[in-house]
Amino acid sequence: MATEILMPALSPTMEEGTLAKWLIKEGDTVSSGDIMAEIETDKATMEFEAVDEGIVGKILIAEGTEGVKVNTPIAVLVEEGEDASAIPAAAPAAAAETEAAPAAVEAPAPVAAAPVAPQVDLSPDWPADAPMIQQTVREALRDAMAEEMRTDEDVYLMGEEVAEYQGAYKISQGMLDEFGSKRVIDTPITEHGFTGIAVGSAFGGLKPIVEFMTFNFAMQAIDQIINSAAKTLYMSGGQMGCPIVFRGPNGAAARVAAQHSQDYAAWYMQVPGLKVVMPYSAADAKGLLKSAIRDPNPVVFLENEILYGRSFDLPRVDDLTVPLGKARIWREGTDVTIVSFGIGMQFALEAADKLAEDGISAEVIDLRTIRPMDTGAIINSVMKTNRLVTVEEGWPQGSVGSYISSVVMQEAFDYLDAPVINCTGKDVPMPYAANLEKLALVTTDEVIAAVKQVTYR
Amino acid sequence: MAARKTTKKPNVSAEELTTYYREMLLIRRFEEKAGQLYGMGLIGGFCHLYIGQEAVVVGLEAAAEEGDKRITSYRDHGHMLACGMDPGGVMAELTGRIGGLSKGKGGSMHMFSKEKHFYGGHGIVGAQVPLGAGLAFADKYKENGRVTFTYFGDGAANQGQVYETFNMAALWELPVVFVIENNQYAMGTAQARSTSSADIYHRGQAFGIPGEMVNGMDVLAVKAAGEKAVAHCRAGKGPYILEIKTYRYRGHSMSDPAKYRTREEVQKVREQSDPIEHVRELLLTGKHATEDDLKAIDKEIKEIVNQAAEFSKESPEPSVEELWTDIYA
Repeated sequence: MATEILMPALSPTMEEGTLAKWLIKEGDTVSSGDIMAEIETDKATMEFEAVDEGIVGKILIAEGTEGVKVNTPIAVLVEEGEDASAIPAAAPAAAAETEAAPAAVEAPAPVAAAPVAPQVDLSPDWPADAPMIQQTVREALRDAMAEEMRTDEDVYLMGEEVAEYQGAYKISQGMLDEFGSKRVIDTPITEHGFTGIAVGSAFGGLKPIVEFMTFNFAMQAIDQIINSAAKTLYMSGGQMGCPIVFRGPNGAAARVAAQHSQDYAAWYMQVPGLKVVMPYSAADAKGLLKSAIRDPNPVVFLENEILYGRSFDLPRVDDLTVPLGKARIWREGTDVTIVSFGIGMQFALEAADKLAEDGISAEVIDLRTIRPMDTGAIINSVMKTNRLVTVEEGWPQGSVGSYISSVVMQEAFDYLDAPVINCTGKDVPMPYAANLEKLALVTTDEVIAAVKQVTYR
Repeated sequence: MAARKTTKKPNVSAEELTTYYREMLLIRRFEEKAGQLYGMGLIGGFCHLYIGQEAVVVGLEAAAEEGDKRITSYRDHGHMLACGMDPGGVMAELTGRIGGLSKGKGGSMHMFSKEKHFYGGHGIVGAQVPLGAGLAFADKYKENGRVTFTYFGDGAANQGQVYETFNMAALWELPVVFVIENNQYAMGTAQARSTSSADIYHRGQAFGIPGEMVNGMDVLAVKAAGEKAVAHCRAGKGPYILEIKTYRYRGHSMSDPAKYRTREEVQKVREQSDPIEHVRELLLTGKHATEDDLKAIDKEIKEIVNQAAEFSKESPEPSVEELWTDIYA
């Protein structure tokens, strides 16, 4: 049976090429792997090998021909004794069979002009009558890890100085004693490597908690966080998930300058497949971390060194968990919505207190989870207050606030009575000098000024 | 160049040799077909063929036990076929169809099978090395006696994370066999132009990891070395390095014009050290099989590959809903 040799696609972008040279002639016998021709693609000149065996019955495209479309028959192979003259001339229709029918792409749904109030989960995270204790964020984080490790043997903690040193910031204090060196593991200073090992162990069925001494160092490992942890579930068609928590202090501490003072919320927020959490209070730190450890997805859990030592009310309930993706309304108000997360909440709440003295009632929302983001809670609030200010420590370009602004513009534009203002860190690397560092960070005064601007006071 | 050197009368059964012949031939024919489908525009993007390197995975799979894991880079079709993954599922992934192992969402470089303990298929050079050590970490943690084969190339051997991993794998005595598939070219850069040392496995010495050089064109030599490495890992002695000298006949990917080496060089390896020809010769000279027996196997393999190709063309493209699934578990 005669076999048509088609003009091959020899690069991902090639649509046509030049048949530069034939290295065979009619009547030659070819076998798999023989070089038949040289073909010039859009990138280079390539050798074209035979796949099938046979005798070259006919060459259909002369060498030197330019603009030969991919899948055009260029030669015909025949078997011993077969008559080449019986072969019809190049039939361009042959190419048609290779065209895969593209799946219909649906047009995007038009954006709804008038928003309906979104469904928002306003249920309390714990019973209103739960007894409260005072606890630091540091203790809350440790308790969250220890509680989860007690109930699930597959959970382990890995990182620099987490075991014998008791944690560079003492988050894992006492954990080595309780769980032993099999489950509380000191690593060498080798972020890229140990992150990859932890991700691999999650593919292998464990539930690692990876502590980065700070998220600045996680940049050495960001390929493993994004390319390996976040994308594999999708790339495997749902077969292989990665239950892992990457946690550690994020953002500015105090006087540690540019390489140790970056807020990564906006970076990780962009990645589908990751969940991103940034708690403010101790109760949320504990409840969210416990949820993150149980979550079957990779979670980036951004803490803050300045908040570690701060005490908050924490409900004394068994198994305190806070669902990922649910914002918390810290303070109800009617004149303006202030949205923040992490340490930004400190400025948002201080500003709300001072604004109240001026008769401005601010509603303060703590996002708690940046991805998936509870945009419903924001929109719901904006539909009531008609004004929005966002507060974060990170840089302005491509900030969390700029994403929130775009969502609110698209989904609640008619409810806005003023442009949204994003209060952010300044667009500079963090300086060391005390006065300059103060200037680089977002402040309560800036939040107050922004609120006054959007409320036209 | 990996010269053919092997025991003249290897102590190996006809059945075993026939299995290797069949498995290597399946990979070769599969890859040739993939190359053809790429040429027809049915496979897109990057497609890295394994032709020439067949003895590496077939030999090591012969040394593996049920439950052992494997992970590799983007040149992964051979590994998948060798560990028993369905050729139709692999080919349909190459054509981007719903019947593919990743439902068409991963492509040539990103395929997985939990069932066969194949953990990918990774597109970032070297990233699979710590991941493989991590799989071994999980096995050690669970004390299940399993071993992980972590494959990477001579090119990946220059990534820093490989040495971060060597350090921790040795420190924590992880049951991982690091398999350096040295096909002598990192894309278009010959080893001598990219790598300071001639023998890459020597680098393990700095971490106290034993290793050896293996002739990757001889499936029996690969299997023997694999068994030794696996025994070392299973005995709790930590990692082992196999540097397997091999050769890829085709370009780095389908769009490689191969200007960095001569046609004569490729031809010489094909003629003098082809791993499939080697086993074919052993089968014939050892009177384990006749030409007709082998022809029957060739035919059978061709049939399997043709069926895989047919399936990969007939399987529909993923539904548009698939765009939005499998992002979160």
